[in-house]
Amino acid sequence: MTDDRVTAWSEDELAVAGRVLAVVRAPDPVLATAGADVDPTSPETVQLAADLVATMRVSPGCVGLAAPQVGVGARVFCVDVSQHPKARTHHGTFVLCNAEVVESSRNEKAREGCMSVPDLTGDVKRASRLVVRGQLPGTGETVTVTTDAFEARALQHEIDHCSGLLFLDRVAGAHAVYARTTYL
Amino acid sequence: MTLHAITVLGHDRPGIIADATARLAGLGLNLEDSSMTLLRGHFAMTLVCSGTADDAAIATALAPLGEDGTLTVSVREVPTEQPATSDGSPWVLTVHGGDRTGIVSSVVGQVAGAGGNITDLTTRLAGDLYLLLAELDLPGGTDVEALQASISQVAADLGVVATLRPAEADDL
Repeated sequence: MTDDRVTAWSEDELAVAGRVLAVVRAPDPVLATAGADVDPTSPETVQLAADLVATMRVSPGCVGLAAPQVGVGARVFCVDVSQHPKARTHHGTFVLCNAEVVESSRNEKAREGCMSVPDLTGDVKRASRLVVRGQLPGTGETVTVTTDAFEARALQHEIDHCSGLLFLDRVAGAHAVYARTTYL
Repeated sequence: MTLHAITVLGHDRPGIIADATARLAGLGLNLEDSSMTLLRGHFAMTLVCSGTADDAAIATALAPLGEDGTLTVSVREVPTEQPATSDGSPWVLTVHGGDRTGIVSSVVGQVAGAGGNITDLTTRLAGDLYLLLAELDLPGGTDVEALQASISQVAADLGVVATLRPAEADDL
């Protein structure tokens, strides 16, 4: 029941205080560079995990943050969609290292925004049924997350960041990017 | 530094954009926003670019594009506009149905009447089917239900179907 393990996880397990980091914006090259694999048990990864959660918490409307967004080219991200109205299945707050998509199906198109691309939004097709495998920071346990709907979208968006991809790399067409006029 | 709006319209062929942008690059102009599509098979492009060249120099550089008479090029200096941030909300308007005159004017007239601002518009005629897709911003405090009702009413009068739905993006 690794989904239960992920749900039970909280940043308290990291036992270090998270620092709020500056969020970098495109065209910073770190956002277009594939992140490196990390050792989930290393002190650097544990600190990074805590920093990502702390930075996500202070950012209005933020439901996920990947290491490249704070200028670190590493395959680590956090998500928390538990307060989002479009979430169905969710696992609360968690951080995954070296995560990869294992299964995906049922593509749905929706409009996405990103803190690292603050002036644009875009229509992106993403799987709405998803299985992701990754490692928890600290213990390094391998976990499998089975989810759907908005959490599935958030996980794919963050995994893309860890691969050096932005939603701009996946927009549905030449007229599927929009200038943003309202900000959170 | 000045800003220039350039339009290129006419018979489509491969290489128009490559040719036009190479000439603009040759003048040291920086392409900012641009939009190009085919409208009933006609090439239609609008570019806004910045640089130190004036309208006359740009028009001269682009003149060879129009030499065979199949493309019309216009160049005009434009002021810098500050894109307004608003307290409004983004919406998508979709209208489809049998073609007849007045669909666009009737439906978007309702949007304008509510103070809505259209930020992107595409219409297509495919056989007898007419399609309108618009992105619009509605000001804060708009009675959206009343607007949806008035749009539905004019759409019903025209025998077409109109849908106004929120286009809010999810931040990830």
